[in-house]
Amino acid sequence: MNIIRNAVHGFGVARLTILGFFLLLCIMAVPLKLDVAELISSSLVRILMWGVLVLAMWPSISCGTGPNFGLSLGIICGLLGGIIAMELELNGFVNLFASIAFAAPFAILVGWGYGWLLNRVKGAEMMLAMFVGWSAVSLMKIGWLMLPFHNPEMAWPQGRGLRVTVSLVNRDMAQLLNQFLSFKLGNIIVPTGLLLFFLVCCLAVWLFMRSKTGVAMTAAGDNPRFAEAAGINVDRHRIIGTILSTVLGAVGILVYAQSFGFYQLYEGPMYMPQQAVAAILIGGASIRKASLANVIIGVILFQGILVVAMPVFNIFTQDMASMAEISRVIIQNGIILYALTQVRGE
Amino acid sequence: MKADTGLETSRKVQIDYWQSVSGFLTNNMVTIMFVALSMAGLYISGMNSTLYINDIISRVSRNSFLVLSLIIPVIAGMGLNFSIVLGAMAAQAAVIFVTHWGVAGFPGILLCVALATPMAMALGYLTGKLFNKTKGQEMISGLIMGFFFAGIYWFIFLQLVGGIIPMDNEVLVLSSGVGIRTTVDLTGGLKYGLDHLYRLPLTTVMIIAGCLGIAYQVYRFVKAAGDSFRNIRFIFGFACMVAVIVWALMIRASGSMVSNIRVPVATWLAIAGLCLFITFFLKTKLGHDMRTVGQDRHVAAVAGIPVDRIRIIAIMMSMVLASWGHIIFLQNMGAFSTYGSHESIGIYAVAAILIGGASVTRATIGQALLGVFLFHTLFIVAPSAGRQLFGDAQVGEYFRVFVAFGVIGVTLAMHAWKRRLQSKLPAVAKAEKE
Repeated sequence: MNIIRNAVHGFGVARLTILGFFLLLCIMAVPLKLDVAELISSSLVRILMWGVLVLAMWPSISCGTGPNFGLSLGIICGLLGGIIAMELELNGFVNLFASIAFAAPFAILVGWGYGWLLNRVKGAEMMLAMFVGWSAVSLMKIGWLMLPFHNPEMAWPQGRGLRVTVSLVNRDMAQLLNQFLSFKLGNIIVPTGLLLFFLVCCLAVWLFMRSKTGVAMTAAGDNPRFAEAAGINVDRHRIIGTILSTVLGAVGILVYAQSFGFYQLYEGPMYMPQQAVAAILIGGASIRKASLANVIIGVILFQGILVVAMPVFNIFTQDMASMAEISRVIIQNGIILYALTQVRGE
Repeated sequence: MKADTGLETSRKVQIDYWQSVSGFLTNNMVTIMFVALSMAGLYISGMNSTLYINDIISRVSRNSFLVLSLIIPVIAGMGLNFSIVLGAMAAQAAVIFVTHWGVAGFPGILLCVALATPMAMALGYLTGKLFNKTKGQEMISGLIMGFFFAGIYWFIFLQLVGGIIPMDNEVLVLSSGVGIRTTVDLTGGLKYGLDHLYRLPLTTVMIIAGCLGIAYQVYRFVKAAGDSFRNIRFIFGFACMVAVIVWALMIRASGSMVSNIRVPVATWLAIAGLCLFITFFLKTKLGHDMRTVGQDRHVAAVAGIPVDRIRIIAIMMSMVLASWGHIIFLQNMGAFSTYGSHESIGIYAVAAILIGGASVTRATIGQALLGVFLFHTLFIVAPSAGRQLFGDAQVGEYFRVFVAFGVIGVTLAMHAWKRRLQSKLPAVAKAEKE
């Protein structure tokens, strides 16, 4: 009995509710005769397309700056890299890797500045991150309007500015990773390229976290005073964590966009960070501690619910699209609120 | 004081004066910057003054009440209350039902207030409970609470109304029979329910205000006997008021379009009533307790003040005031987006009060009103200034949204930075002693 109570306490009521909701949805899917293979295939795509963005939360939580509500900074850098690659009319994999290469310097620079700022506002990082992210999104709206890009695939034919959504189909970019070496397992389509890319990213970050810098960074986030006493430069490691998170955000949006088939500019990155934050929190992370397991479990649970919920809701309501959106909003913000109530001793 | 010679006193006054001027400049950087920005925007946009005055009057009268509702939680030490969005949702729910029942005009407004108040109190209680569990993180909790509750609000009005909650109304409900339409039109119903209750021409209001102002200046002059600045203050204040009256008379005489502008007196009286209420409330026992809690929770607890209860009361008051403020906002707009009108309320209200010079720990009525005026001046002129400068009105529209987010970000950063420096200083001093 004690073991169960401890498990409940450790995992948290909110997470158990979400897990229960997911299981309920899965059980309901069986008698409803929903196409299970189809559900699993589309879940896989959704999970892997969000994977890298959720992974970006890991270094930022570990280094002590809390969940990165300002991930939109990284997302904007990624989009900028992607747009530059489009302007050069690159195709396929060249485009993808060129986008990452163009985005990385921006992301490192922005992440460094952002980390510097976060070091000055210790204790209020999350709130500030949120508004830094939103300010950046609204500032970049002016940027998308004014930057001198001329490729007719992206620019409005008249006037100036980039389109709200830029299609990747003509550059052989849409579903590029999804279809790379993809195969059928029974009726389930496995997006091998996407899976491999996500696993490589996970492995890279995991290796980094095992390295000397990574261990020092986790120590700095875990107990800054102790780390300072042990001779670790806490501020420097917080900046490293923020840069890594921002770069992963940039890579993450490119992976997301190639699967989605579009770059979403302007309003697009506005609320994406919250979704990634919610995923890692559902996976069992707290504001202070996270692991690779939290990332993977979280993204599977959260995106899994969203995929399975749609057809199941279809039976109860005519308006299933809005019902799925409503459940996303409630789950996503509910788990963030829950995590905030668990912060103690500030 | 008596031992001082006249010369010494005057030098002292001079030094105090300069210190207060430089202190004023550094403490009000944000406000001064916005005065400059608004002026520049007004000049660049080349806007017609009648249009501008008309627009700013309606914007100030519909937003002031909402912004004033932010003051009490700041005094209770809970920071900027982003959760007023919940109060706005309570107001929208009340407005939807009153529109459905077809109660129009001022009685409709009163019914909305009667409906929204208990809802707002319940939501305020819940939010207060949450804030007591997340002390030190109230602002982000309030922000996320707004998003969270928006989900529940959508669920109620998109999935339940028309189904489980019966509502038979072709105008309000979607053609499928379930869910409220995306926009609710208040024309012929609650629109201008308060604004059009009693209106006076702007010039008349200016003359009345000028006369009241002169009376106040005289009162202050008599009361402040012995203050060395008494004469200067009196002459300056008196001149300002006379200028207002003369200006009003000149507008009348010139027969310009401005003299046709009318002011919603009932709404302004409601705002003035709230200002008086806040002023008197802060002098009551409860108000003093709130201040104590805001300054130091631990000291307040030791002094026997029920800290958690006071904090819940502060949030409940703010929430109820916000719901009333949003009713005023909606009746002036005349139509609202069912699933989106509440979203920006919190952020724009907070941005306005910060632009007026408030901070996370300090907010006054004057700052709230000045902030509304400056922020909405920028809102009005930004699109046409953007068109003049960049050939695109869109730039101005994006810029004003950026300003709202940016000013909140900058204020939060400055506050956190200051607090960190303050908490560091004693630590350093202690370490040196040891």
